Amino acid sequence: MKKILVFLLSVLTFSAQAAESAEGGEFSPGQMITHHIGDDYVWEFAHGVVLPLPVILYGENGLEIFSSSNFYDEHGKPRPYKGYVMDHGHIYYANEEGEPRIERGENGEAKPVGPLDFSITKNVASMFLSVILLFAVFLTIAGRYKKTRGRAPYGVQSFFEPIIIFIRDEIGKTNIGPKYERYMPYLLTIFFFIWFNNLLGLMPGGANLTGNIAVTLVLAVLTLLITLFSGNKAYWGHIFATPGVPGWLAPIMIPVELLGILTKPFALMVRLFANITAGHIVILSLFSLIFIFKSVAIAPVSVAFAIFMNFLELFVALLQAYIFTLLSAMYFGGAVEEHDGHGDHGHGDAPHAVEAHH
Amino acid sequence: MELVTPALGLLFWQVVTFLVVLFLLSKFAWKPIMGALREREESIDSALSMAEKAKLEMQSLKADNERLLNEARAERDRILKDATDAANHLVESARAKANEEGSRMIEQARLSIENEKKAALTEVKNLAATLSIDIAEKLIKRELQDEQAQRALVQSYLQDARLS
Repeated sequence: MKKILVFLLSVLTFSAQAAESAEGGEFSPGQMITHHIGDDYVWEFAHGVVLPLPVILYGENGLEIFSSSNFYDEHGKPRPYKGYVMDHGHIYYANEEGEPRIERGENGEAKPVGPLDFSITKNVASMFLSVILLFAVFLTIAGRYKKTRGRAPYGVQSFFEPIIIFIRDEIGKTNIGPKYERYMPYLLTIFFFIWFNNLLGLMPGGANLTGNIAVTLVLAVLTLLITLFSGNKAYWGHIFATPGVPGWLAPIMIPVELLGILTKPFALMVRLFANITAGHIVILSLFSLIFIFKSVAIAPVSVAFAIFMNFLELFVALLQAYIFTLLSAMYFGGAVEEHDGHGDHGHGDAPHAVEAHH
Repeated sequence: MELVTPALGLLFWQVVTFLVVLFLLSKFAWKPIMGALREREESIDSALSMAEKAKLEMQSLKADNERLLNEARAERDRILKDATDAANHLVESARAKANEEGSRMIEQARLSIENEKKAALTEVKNLAATLSIDIAEKLIKRELQDEQAQRALVQSYLQDARLS
């Protein structure tokens, strides 16, 4: 089963990406890669197999919902629709010529303007797919636990149970301490959300969801909010009156500590985003080599490297989910820890050894 | 720059979707799963400790049995010994009693024989005395019929007795 999956993953990824890269006259690897790791209003599984996604706009004319296929005429040429025009992956107000409307900002910079865009883009659709998967898998497992109460797990349940126990024991209990139970739903959810989406991103035609800064931003902000709201007296005391630091250093220490609160989730955000995006870029670059050299001879080399990268990415998908969860747990642990004046203070010094690999 | 600018739409959908997922999974997946895991761990734990307890109980039961058996053996030995002793004692005392009785009977017999003997002797003596008296009476009766001779005899006695 796993072998077939890996095979499909490798082969289909190549074909889909190779096919798409070949379109157009002049091949531009930069454009192709940017297009692949970016968001889109359609879901292109392979060249010609395109699923148009709904566009939801809130602008001058109020709420508008229509299919993104309206932006293309029957020959596949772009066209404006209902006063909106799509240009370089963004939707702007259209002017009379069917071009994006340009307005000058306060600093005199010319900028195209557009409505508030809540479209179900490729990333959003991919996220919905992952959510369906998450529900399907974990509600099934939960049902199994209810049905075979107190008995040995089987099937998908026995695959996920060790992972759940690992997250509970090695991430939750170890880093948060006795209050770990409160944080388990969040930790489990982010772990499986990130992992599933990482893997979906590796699927042929998959979206680069966890390599999108908006997604990692939301996850990091949630971690930050939970950390701040669960911070106890010791946590805030450590920030505003760091033990062992003379009082006159407070004007320096307090801003540094406050900055530290923000840098931790910022690092979380950038780490996941950069790791996943980088993986996609490397694989796409390897394929681009074939078209840059315009030679079939280079293909085996590219493919070999890409296969290697794909396996690496499968590992990174798991590793990044683990690191994100682990660091979140450490921040929570730091916030709820009863300080005795020693140790790591939950500032996440320990996992740097792990991060160094990436 | 495009790459690191979060898009509003995705931000919105991500927040909404993730919170919904978090809520629904917490309620319908993680809670029952964690509960079931904890329950199972507890049941395994209790089963193990119960097995341990049962083992200890078994051991103590075995020890108890052993002790009881030993006690029973000791009791049996004691009872046997007692019975033997009692039997021996009984035989001994019976024998002693028999001996005593025998000797007592022998003594009694001896005494009665003695008494019988004495009685017989006394009777014989009495009989002899009666006979002697009868004989003497008869003799004397005969002797005293001859008055002359009596006188002569008295005379002779008187003569022998020196009257002083």
